[in-house]
Amino acid sequence: MLDRPAIVEPLDDDKIPATFTGNRGLDQEEPLIFEIGRLDATGVDIGAPAPVETRLGALERNAPIGLPGLTEPETMRHYVRLSRKNYSIDAGLYPLGSCTMKHNPRSNEKIARYEGFADIHPLQPQSTAQGALELMQTLADWLMKLTNMQAVALSPKAGAHGELCGMMAIKSAIAAKGEGTTRNVVLIPQSAHGTNPATAALLGFSVRVVPAAPDGTVRAQAVKDALDDDVAAIMLTNPNTCGLFEREIVDIADAIHAAGGYFYCDGANFNAIAGVLRPGDFGIDAMHINLHKTFSTPHGGGGPGAGPVVLSERLAPFAPVPFIRRKGDSLQLVEDAEGAQSFGRLTAFHGQMGMFVRALAYMLAHGGDGVAQASKDAVLAANYVRASLRDVMTQPFGDRICMHEVLFDDGWLRGTGVTTLDFAKAMIDEGYHPMTIYFPLVVHGAMLIEPTESESKASLDLFIATLRDLAQSAKAGDMTRFAQAPRLAPRRRVDEALAARKPVLRWEEKTAAI
Amino acid sequence: MSDRRYSKDHEYVALEGDIATLGISDYAQSQLGDIVFIELPDVGKKVVKGKEIAVIESVKAASEVYSPVGGEVVEVNSQLGETPALVNDDPLGRGWLVKVRISDPGECASLMDAAAYSSFLKTL
Repeated sequence: MLDRPAIVEPLDDDKIPATFTGNRGLDQEEPLIFEIGRLDATGVDIGAPAPVETRLGALERNAPIGLPGLTEPETMRHYVRLSRKNYSIDAGLYPLGSCTMKHNPRSNEKIARYEGFADIHPLQPQSTAQGALELMQTLADWLMKLTNMQAVALSPKAGAHGELCGMMAIKSAIAAKGEGTTRNVVLIPQSAHGTNPATAALLGFSVRVVPAAPDGTVRAQAVKDALDDDVAAIMLTNPNTCGLFEREIVDIADAIHAAGGYFYCDGANFNAIAGVLRPGDFGIDAMHINLHKTFSTPHGGGGPGAGPVVLSERLAPFAPVPFIRRKGDSLQLVEDAEGAQSFGRLTAFHGQMGMFVRALAYMLAHGGDGVAQASKDAVLAANYVRASLRDVMTQPFGDRICMHEVLFDDGWLRGTGVTTLDFAKAMIDEGYHPMTIYFPLVVHGAMLIEPTESESKASLDLFIATLRDLAQSAKAGDMTRFAQAPRLAPRRRVDEALAARKPVLRWEEKTAAI
Repeated sequence: MSDRRYSKDHEYVALEGDIATLGISDYAQSQLGDIVFIELPDVGKKVVKGKEIAVIESVKAASEVYSPVGGEVVEVNSQLGETPALVNDDPLGRGWLVKVRISDPGECASLMDAAAYSSFLKTL
C-alpha cells in the first residue's frame, strides 16, 4: 500500500491570515461577469452604425440593455479563471459511477476538426457530403456488428433520447399489431436508471416494477410473475446499475417474447461488454449506445451526448427517418420513408456529427480486439478497486466479482457519525471528484465507483490508498476530515436543501444576500 | 397520539372518526434527508390503498408515498408548499401530508401500532 505522498504541511485554517483580495495564492476568486462588467468598457472596437429609419416606432429600445462590458484581457481572464475551477477528466481521476468518464483521446479531437467534417452543413447538397455519409454508414455498420443487431437509428442525441427512440419503435410495432390500446404496461426493475420509467411515462405507458433478487439482479421468474397480456415491453439495463451482470437475461428475453412483448435493453453500461458480448445474442429488440460513454466522446460539460439505437429485425421497419441508403455509387440520406412504417422524425437533422467522427475514430484506433480489451480492462480496474477496499468498506450483495463499476453501501460507516455524503465531500479535499452517491436507490448510502480503463495502476493505487486512509479516519472517529468537508475547495459545503428549496436561477442587480 | 398506525412503507395514519390523517414516520424523514419539495394530490381525489398519494423529493431522491388506506382526499397540508421542511422537523405533527375520508375503517386494522412499528424498524 502506498504511503501518504509528500505534500505541503497540514492545513490549519486558524493559522492562515485572511488575504486582502480574498484570493489564496494564485487561486483567484472570480465574481460573476455581471458583477465585474461596466457599461463604459468594451473588448471590441466597432464604429457607430449608419443611421437608419426605424420602423419600430414606440417599440424602439432607448434604455441600456445591461450587457456587461469588459476589455478583451478582462474577458479572457474571466473565462480562464472559471475554467480553472472546473474539474474534468483531463484534470484528474473522475470515478463517477454510471457516467463512464474515460479519457477522450486527442487524436479523435484532431480528426473531428478536419474541415470536411467540421465545416459541413446539414442542408448542403448530399453530393458534396458523401464522405460524411460514408463515415455515418461505417459507424452504423460497427454498431450493428458489435451488437449483432439488424438496424440502427443514429439521430438520438443522448441516452435518454435513445430510450425514447427505441420505445417509440416498440410502441409503433405494437400499434401495427392492433394492440396499441391493450398493451400499455412497461416492466422496469427496481434498480433501473430514472430515465427508464420517465421514458415509459412520456409515451403513455404505465410502469410495473420488477423486484430485484437479494443478489441485486433480476430473476426470470420475477419477470414471468409480472407478465400479462397488457405488457408492451421490459426495460432492463445490463450490466445493471449495481455493476452486476444480469445472468438470466436470455430467459428474460424468451419470457417477454413469449408473452408478446418487446425487450428494450438500456445500453448505458455497454462499455463493460463491448467487443466481448453481443446484446443481439441475448434476444433484445432495441438498445441505445451512449457514444459519449462507451466510445469516449467528451461529455459531462465537455460536449453533447449521442445515443444511437440498434434495432432487431422486428423493429427495423419502424426506425425513424432519416437513414442512409446506398444508391449505385453514392449514399443518400433518406428523409421520407416512402410507404414504410417509420414512426417519423426524431430530430431536425441526422444527429451529432462531431460525436460520430470521434466515436468512429475511437473504434478504428482500437479495432475490434482493442474495443474488447478496453471493456476487459474497465472490468479489471473496477475489480482491483473492489478487492483493494473490500476489507474496509462493505458491499451490498456480498463479495462478488463486479463488472465495470463497483458498488459499496454505507454499512461500514454505521455508528461512525460519518455519512456517505460526508465521505464523498472529504474526497474533494483530497483532490478527487467524488464517486456517484445515493444511486442506485435500492442500496442504502450507495457509493458507486467507475474507474474506467483509462487509469494506470499507479493512479488506481493512489486513489485506493486515499480512500483507505479516509475510511480509517472515519472509523477512528476523526470527524474533522468529514464534518466540514470540503475545507479546501473554493467553496465549502453547499447547502443543498436551501439551494433546492429556494433556487436562485438568475443574477439580479441589488439582490438581497442569501 | 396513541392510535397512530404505521405501514411497512413508513407511512402513518391517525384516525379520528372517518377522517384519517396521513404522513410519513420519523424514521422515513430521517432516511430521506432534507426534504425540498412535496407533490400533494388534489382535494376530492379518490385514493386506493397501496397506491401513490404523494411524492416527496429530498436532496437524495424523489420517493412515492403510498396511501395505507383507501378513500377520498378531503384536505392537504398547504403549508408544505412553502415549507416542506415541516416534514423533517415535525413529521407526526405539523408535517402531516393529507387527510382522507376513509371508505373502510377495517383497513387500519392491518397496520402496525407504534410498538409493532418500533420492533419492525429494529429488523431493518
